Amino acid sequence: MTIEIRSAPHIKGTRSVEQIMRHVVWSLMPICAFFVFQYGLSALLSLLVVTVSCLLTERFFVRQGGQSGDIGDFSAIITGLLLALSLPPGFPLWMGAVAGIVAIALGKALFGGIGFNVFNPALIGRAFVQAAFPQAIASYTPSFMPGRFYEFIPSSMTIPLMQPVSVVAWLQDRQFDALAGATPLAKWKFEGVLANADELLTSLSGHMAVGPSPVLILVCGAYLAFRRFLDWRIPAAILGSAGLTAWMLFALNDVRFPNPFFMLFSGGLILGAVYMATDMATSPVTPKGMWVYGALIGLLTVIIRYYSGLPEGVMYAILIANAATPLIEKITQPTPFGKGVLSNFGRQKKGASYPLHSGYISREDAGAVTPKKRFLFNKPKQPPKE
Amino acid sequence: MNASTTERWDEFMEGIWRQNPLFVMVLGLCPALAVTVSAVNALSMGLATTFVLTCSCVLVSLLRKLIPKEVRIATYIVIIATFVTVVDYLIQAISLALYDALGAFIQLIVVNCIILGRAEAHASKNPLLPTLINALGMSAGFTLGLFALGAVREILGAGTFFGIALFGADFQPWVVMVLPPGGFFVLGAWLLIFAAIARRKNARPLSSPAQGVR
Repeated sequence: MTIEIRSAPHIKGTRSVEQIMRHVVWSLMPICAFFVFQYGLSALLSLLVVTVSCLLTERFFVRQGGQSGDIGDFSAIITGLLLALSLPPGFPLWMGAVAGIVAIALGKALFGGIGFNVFNPALIGRAFVQAAFPQAIASYTPSFMPGRFYEFIPSSMTIPLMQPVSVVAWLQDRQFDALAGATPLAKWKFEGVLANADELLTSLSGHMAVGPSPVLILVCGAYLAFRRFLDWRIPAAILGSAGLTAWMLFALNDVRFPNPFFMLFSGGLILGAVYMATDMATSPVTPKGMWVYGALIGLLTVIIRYYSGLPEGVMYAILIANAATPLIEKITQPTPFGKGVLSNFGRQKKGASYPLHSGYISREDAGAVTPKKRFLFNKPKQPPKE
Repeated sequence: MNASTTERWDEFMEGIWRQNPLFVMVLGLCPALAVTVSAVNALSMGLATTFVLTCSCVLVSLLRKLIPKEVRIATYIVIIATFVTVVDYLIQAISLALYDALGAFIQLIVVNCIILGRAEAHASKNPLLPTLINALGMSAGFTLGLFALGAVREILGAGTFFGIALFGADFQPWVVMVLPPGGFFVLGAWLLIFAAIARRKNARPLSSPAQGVR
């Protein structure tokens, strides 16, 4: 009989990274399909170009740097799809390709590949193009344009390195005013116009320039959460905290602030909460930490949307919370079994124990030392043995 | 080339390649990130630093036996500050627009650690000729580094190179490149390229040791 001696974890799940990522890609398919239905050819091409640029960059860096994982694990596809969904459908394709390259190169490969990234790669790519091309990324086009399956939004087909043509004239040709291209958030922030619920949810009734449908994202996210491919706590915490903060501000001053429903269903909050903030590498693993992390994102989103010059703040909120993830994990470590209670007089030992004292380190680790007097805090100090 | 010329050439190339102050030692980042918005700014900053670095190193080297050890840093700073004042007035006289573009970073050459580092580590221990060669090599390396940064940032950030439009009027400027983050991105990319080339060079079996530096 052979006895294998090794350190924990001893029980391994049957799910592989590739399997999880594939499920996420499948769950994104209906969202992408509806996005294409909303915006037509340009959206389709944008999804393709951004994803292909992510995949090519991934392949290049995996080949160059010998990093683990490859395009076969589907994670770069998720990055590409999410990035494309977070960009305007008429975003110039060459800028989309730049965003994809930056997302994988700067957001993922530089940190060591899959599982090592500190920030969500898709949001890194989006943050870069937001900083580089602020005008192009703010120019949305109305959804459900007539003829969207036969022609491209003119700004899509911009020659690389050149400025996109203005879509205003193109919109006027089709009897749309220039305002039609503004997102609900931008309309509220700069014009004071509040969108209706049906416009926000699917935009089926009008030509509102919304992103991917929030209802569809919630449905697909619910499927993933049900199958345990994402943790329901993170979206719940984000939407709960954003809704609560927005509701409190709305109760204080209903003229200055929009209603919480508008807050939740406009912009990219739902997409960010369900798909981007739940990225496994960049969100906390502890249940308590997930609540803290989600609450932080929701709060920051409301603050950025209401009190800054930007109409939308989900991206920065998630990036900031990603940066805070290691700290959140550290302060929300659960107490390991058998470590919580002090032996004398039932005094409860509070709080985290794993990162803070070395008793948790496995004895099988080379050179690991277990402190001997772990449970004897009240005993008088023994004189050092010499 | 006789042996001593080769040695001097190696000493000069040291500053450009193997000990490049910007891309290998990562010194002098303050001007490197702040003024490299365009190739002209970067190049003039590099030339100003070249002037100060060379002149102060020569002077320090000449005075190295006279300067008491206890007050050497103060003395170096006075020497460097003198030449910075000269270059400050010089740029003001040549081009006021350039002077405004470079701003406080001309005066801040005083605290550029490359200069003090060279004075302390090299010039104070070596005679005139090696000091001069080393200082010229280091400043050439720094100037090239600034120029590499400034060229990329100007081409992407404004679509121009030394003010000449490269892509026509329809060019889409990458706003981020003229902002401070762009400086970090481009510097990081250059560091990556330098490190990759250096690693590849080291990995290759050296046929002759002298070839390693070139």
